[in-house]
Amino acid sequence: MQRATLDLWVGLFVMAGIAALMVLSLKVGNLDTYNGSDTYVVRGNFENIGGLKVRAPVKSSGVVVGRVANIQFSTKTYDAIVTMNIERRYQFPKDTFASILTSGLLGEQYIGLDAGGDEAMLKEGDTIMKTNSALVLEEMIGRFLFDKASDDNAF
Amino acid sequence: MSSETLVEISDLNFSYNTRRILNGVNMSMNRGQVIAIMGGSGSGKTTLLKLIGGEITPSSGYVKVSGQVIHELSRDALFAMRRKMGMLFQFGALFTDLSVFDNVAFQMREHTNLPESMIRDLVLMKLHAVGLRGAHHLMPAELSGGMARRVALARSIALDPMLIMFDEPFTGLDPISLSVIGSLIRRLTDALEMTSVIVTHDVQESLSIVDYVYFIADGVIAAHGTPDDVRASKAPFVHQFVHGETDGPVPFHYPAQTYLKDLQLEKTVA
Amino acid sequence: MPKRIIAGIQRVGHSTIEGIRRLGHATRFFLLVLLKSGTSLRRFNLVIRELFYVGVLSLIIIVVSGLFVGMVLGLQGYETLQKYGSESAVGTLVALSLVRELGPVVAALLFASRAGSAITAEIGLMKATEQLSAMGMMAVDPVARVVAPRFWAGVISMPLLAAIFSVMGVFGGYLVAVVFIGVDAGSFWSQMQSNVDFRIDILNGFIKSCFFGVAVTAIAVFEGYDSPPTAEGVSGATTRTVVTSSLVILGLDFILTAFMFRGL
Repeated sequence: MQRATLDLWVGLFVMAGIAALMVLSLKVGNLDTYNGSDTYVVRGNFENIGGLKVRAPVKSSGVVVGRVANIQFSTKTYDAIVTMNIERRYQFPKDTFASILTSGLLGEQYIGLDAGGDEAMLKEGDTIMKTNSALVLEEMIGRFLFDKASDDNAF
Repeated sequence: MSSETLVEISDLNFSYNTRRILNGVNMSMNRGQVIAIMGGSGSGKTTLLKLIGGEITPSSGYVKVSGQVIHELSRDALFAMRRKMGMLFQFGALFTDLSVFDNVAFQMREHTNLPESMIRDLVLMKLHAVGLRGAHHLMPAELSGGMARRVALARSIALDPMLIMFDEPFTGLDPISLSVIGSLIRRLTDALEMTSVIVTHDVQESLSIVDYVYFIADGVIAAHGTPDDVRASKAPFVHQFVHGETDGPVPFHYPAQTYLKDLQLEKTVA
Repeated sequence: MPKRIIAGIQRVGHSTIEGIRRLGHATRFFLLVLLKSGTSLRRFNLVIRELFYVGVLSLIIIVVSGLFVGMVLGLQGYETLQKYGSESAVGTLVALSLVRELGPVVAALLFASRAGSAITAEIGLMKATEQLSAMGMMAVDPVARVVAPRFWAGVISMPLLAAIFSVMGVFGGYLVAVVFIGVDAGSFWSQMQSNVDFRIDILNGFIKSCFFGVAVTAIAVFEGYDSPPTAEGVSGATTRTVVTSSLVILGLDFILTAFMFRGL
């Protein structure tokens, strides 16, 4: 086979391979929406995070604005410290309310942000003061049964 | 013809695992000569070529090529030495993925920085010398056995070596191709003033072109001499080999217990 | 029959020692190939030539298989997921299965049987027809000139082929789920994108295929170079390449997966 033809085919092959890698990165994965360079870090302390996982989305009004970067347990306050990467183009007031929510009845858990009314905005490394823990199904059922039992006793 | 010694082999021994293949071989080969090494199959002829080329290391003794002991050379020095050697393998060993032209050009491209136009001229000259200039565009698969060996010959003289080794160059060729190869070896040796070593068991063809013959049997040199000496020799081994007799010093039968015993006819009668 | 038992034990011991010896031999050969890769990098044309035989000629089988694997995943995934009313997650299922596992692994298995066996057969035949010896006698190192370019061509091709396989698979899944069955295209892509992570899924899949590329080609060139120089020797070596590389791919996949996805 002629060298030129061979080079052409190999060139096409390498281009197809790189194009495939690009498609995987951009179209299948979410490299375009998830890149660490233009985000800022915010922390939140939660009494109970339920089934929240690293990389879970952080949403506001249903729009993904960031991702959970890290989850740790604090032995000082005995609660969970969740670190979030929020995209820099989304700024939130200091008194924003963070709660752990579930998408659907059995869906994945995510952090929902409800903007407050403060003038000052959250900065890199700030901690969200107002948090709301995950609803744990067993606790809810337990509470419901307990309430029911005490109701029954009242009769 | 100069009588300067190019290859000197002294008391060469070689064993493969525990099997002794060469057992104290002494030879000397002069520049400008065609030398034949003959012997039955499995007598260690090809091993001798590999020792000269430095592919294997002798158990004891040495091979000297133009004054240097081959197995003591460093890797780089050995490769430098090999550029001055050519080897023609039994079936040519042409690179099947390269055309005839590229096969002959292979060493020039690997070892020299010659411009492509000069390589082209050189390759065509080498191919012309073996009569295959017109076949330069063919692939090895398209060549007949004799043509493939001529291309391999052109490839082995690509860098004008001082020594060419031929491993069974006549095997499996028709009579015409056979004498073409034979006369090419003689003519190229004379024209390029090199030394040719032919390992063969084709007696008649080689006796007509060589200057000197060594016979190897069981790892030792059984006889040696010029072609005329050999033809006239009364030594039983040489006589048997040259005339192709089935029995003689080289027995027809592989060593065994007696025939009658093997057929269980010997003892029970008594 | 204690004699027969002892003979059996001897045989097992012998083949164990033989296997370990072969592994050592292969490792030494692998290091030798790496050591002698300078020529391939200086004369990259040699690698480009092999890229054609190793990479381009594997494209068709990779593209077609990728498409079919993706279509099957789409179909099966849809059948299962619709029972739970979450058929829009079919995109996630197809993409994650392909990018994490099936892309690298199946592409590597196909690569081993298409390109790996070809490399072994080619090098084995060159050895059997004394082409490698001839090259050595021409003062050209066959490891540097023949083996190393094929090795690097394989190492470069494998991740590219795996990526092409995965993309074709995702396209096949899209074809079945969205075009034929009618899952909503928007939720197909958005679910996929929100659940496939670049670093954890795609980068790890890519790293896997790099490992597989090194393993398969190293095995293929070793088996070829080490094959007995006869017709049976070469055919046996070709079979061994496919069998050994398949086992190594699957074993390596387990180890890599354990490292990557278990938070080590």
